[in-house]
Amino acid sequence: MSSLLKITDLHVSVDEKPILKGVSLEIRQGEIHALMGPNGSGKSTLAYTLVGHPKYEITSGTIEVDGAPLNDLDPCERARLGLFLAFQYPVTIPGVKVADFLRHAVTNIRNPARKEGEGLIPMRDFRKELKERMEGLGMDVEFARRYLNEGFSGGEKKRMEILQLAMLQPKFAILDETDSGLDSDAVRVVSEGLQKLAGPQMGVLIITHHERLLEYNVPQFTHVMLAGKIVETGDASLAHELHNHGYATVRQRHPTEAAEEQEREKTAPAATAVR
Amino acid sequence: MTMDVPVLEDDIGVGDYQYGFHDPTDKYVFQSRRGLDRQIVEQISEMKNEPAWMRKFRLDALDTFFQKPMPTWGGDMRDLDFQNMFYYVKASQGQEKSWDDVPDDIRKTYDRLGIPEAEKKYLAGVKAQYESEVVYGSLQEDLAKQGVIFTDTDSALKDYPDLVREYFGTVIPSADNKFAALNSAVWSGGSFIYVPKGVKIEFPLQAYFRINTQNMGQFERTLIIVDEGASVHYVEGCTAPTYSSDSLHSAVVEILVKRGGRCRYTTIQNWSNNVYNLVTKRAKAYGDSLMEWVDGNLGSKLTMKYPAIYLMEPGARGETLSIAFAGKGQHQDAGAKMVHCAPHTSSRVISKSISKDGGRASYRGLVKATHEAHHCKSNVVCDALILDSHSRSDTYPYIEVNQDNLTIEHEASVSKIAEEQLLYLMSRGMSETEASAMIVTGFIEPLVKELPMEYAVEMNRLIELQMEGSVG
Ligand SMILES: Nc1ncnc2c1ncn2[C@@H]1O[C@H](COP(=O)(O)OP(=O)(O)OP(=O)(O)O)[C@@H](O)[C@H]1O
Ligand SMILES: [Mg+2]
Repeated sequence: MSSLLKITDLHVSVDEKPILKGVSLEIRQGEIHALMGPNGSGKSTLAYTLVGHPKYEITSGTIEVDGAPLNDLDPCERARLGLFLAFQYPVTIPGVKVADFLRHAVTNIRNPARKEGEGLIPMRDFRKELKERMEGLGMDVEFARRYLNEGFSGGEKKRMEILQLAMLQPKFAILDETDSGLDSDAVRVVSEGLQKLAGPQMGVLIITHHERLLEYNVPQFTHVMLAGKIVETGDASLAHELHNHGYATVRQRHPTEAAEEQEREKTAPAATAVR
Repeated sequence: MTMDVPVLEDDIGVGDYQYGFHDPTDKYVFQSRRGLDRQIVEQISEMKNEPAWMRKFRLDALDTFFQKPMPTWGGDMRDLDFQNMFYYVKASQGQEKSWDDVPDDIRKTYDRLGIPEAEKKYLAGVKAQYESEVVYGSLQEDLAKQGVIFTDTDSALKDYPDLVREYFGTVIPSADNKFAALNSAVWSGGSFIYVPKGVKIEFPLQAYFRINTQNMGQFERTLIIVDEGASVHYVEGCTAPTYSSDSLHSAVVEILVKRGGRCRYTTIQNWSNNVYNLVTKRAKAYGDSLMEWVDGNLGSKLTMKYPAIYLMEPGARGETLSIAFAGKGQHQDAGAKMVHCAPHTSSRVISKSISKDGGRASYRGLVKATHEAHHCKSNVVCDALILDSHSRSDTYPYIEVNQDNLTIEHEASVSKIAEEQLLYLMSRGMSETEASAMIVTGFIEPLVKELPMEYAVEMNRLIELQMEGSVG
């Protein structure tokens, strides 16, 4: 039976400031969902909240996988249950080699009951698998020896996120603007990579401002977020329309949220700046 | 062979320190009474059957020790009671060439520390010091044939009296500081190494220092002479049982690296939390030579240690890489001294410290250049990582320069583990402890990668042990 990630009436605050104001969403394994919306509407906030970022406080609502609530689980426990986020801004971990990091991660995810200090997956198998995955994504195998994201270009960081996705094979993958900052060849590599990875065993939530990723990974559902709410849900054609015409018509159809968005921009003019 | 169950003092919280066990002491050959006076010093010298000059050296140093006040800087030593210590403890008859001849209890201790195994795999020679004396020693035969000397300093005094007399106390005079004076008065054991001209020793020579008795004072004295164009890598490891009252480790290490020679001295110290570790280490580096201190300071109650390099002639280079980890109840006051005494000399210091659970890590460093020392370069980088809000890190860089024509760079940074880094690693299935340990391991990686593989693994393992059970 396929698993279900269910988000019900989620309200989330950062530093006491409400950002998400009642988000509901259901993603099944095997489905592809697109999440669109103007800058600052709360897409990354939803993504962070799903993986358990401690700064994002759930003030009400639930996140469940197959009926089991995740609200109180830490990011590690959620990852071991099969949640994965490809970060919009992956951080650098100086001095930690990509291969060492991934070997730990893969061991923990495949053996969720593992305790600290228990053995890691065999080196030889791991190396082989890593090499194959890297070649599949057109990555230089040398990256395995580099420190995690240190000195990586924007595009290299995004590829590193997809490599992790490939190695960890989560049940639910959230991709937060994985296609931005990539040159067009890289977008194709990443799109094709995701296409190969996203089978019936993976539910995918693609957060994007572009279309290429969605061409290769056609969403069954497109959601539009405005001022912390999902205001519309449609199919792939909605994504297409938003891409061609922007959010003006969405704002017209949802004046209340559009007004809230205006209000927030006035009080916090820097809020929509790219961090 | 069955492993004896170690004696663990659970009531005082041995915690995660895995070397906190101790052996019985009833079969010891000799133990001086508690306390320190002329009689004790004379007794040590007599037991060792020393020449008159050494006895006088000791007694003069004792006077100096009593005259010098306690340092008022550095760490808190108010509880350090010199009269409550044992200054000389001899656990076995003498130094053995085979582990089978080392008394059972002691041999088992070294087995647990993994020394005989390491010896087989990757060491060129080993000294094992237990309490005051070296109980086991080995050196690869071909090195001995080439004239390499690796022995304990007591034996060296008997077997190579001229060499010892020529250099002993010349790098660190007794009057250098209170603890150097103390060591000079009651020293016992330590390594003596002589590497003849042009001989390059490929694998490390290792010494292992173990304190076993409660209130023990260990005062090894190490003297290393690297002759012209020769090279050696010497490694020392240290552990002690966990006791509820204090022990003292106060070593003196003197090194001479002659023209074109190379010496690397690596310390991986992991004392239990009741040890005061007050050590004086100094090297003189001559023309075109390279002296490196690699200093890993874990454990102890208080460590005060600032390995020094005197750059004596043009072309000499000095490098100190130092890692300090201060956990609960620990103060690591560590650093480096670089003294440029000649033109065209260079020095580099890289220090990384980690403090957690209320621990305190201080970097104290000195870069000095005399007025002859023109065209010198010195580069100092200190990075501190503080793991929680009740831990502490300080930097005390001192610069004394009588010269305009030189370059000194100093950088210091203090950081905390960023929430975003923890989230990133945890969102990939790492527990909080594992994630923090990984970040800490990455923080020291630039230094650890300088170590031979076996020691790098050991260093990372020790750091992981320190991190375990600490978070959450
Ligand atoms: N950690 C934070 N601290 C302060 N404000 C935050 C934080 N995270 C999000 N916000 C605020 O919440 C709002 C939503 O931000 P979010 O990053 O979720 O937007 P987004 O939809 O992902 O935008 P973009 O398309 O630009 O990536 C913004 O006003 C943002 O400034
Ligand atoms: Mg975003």
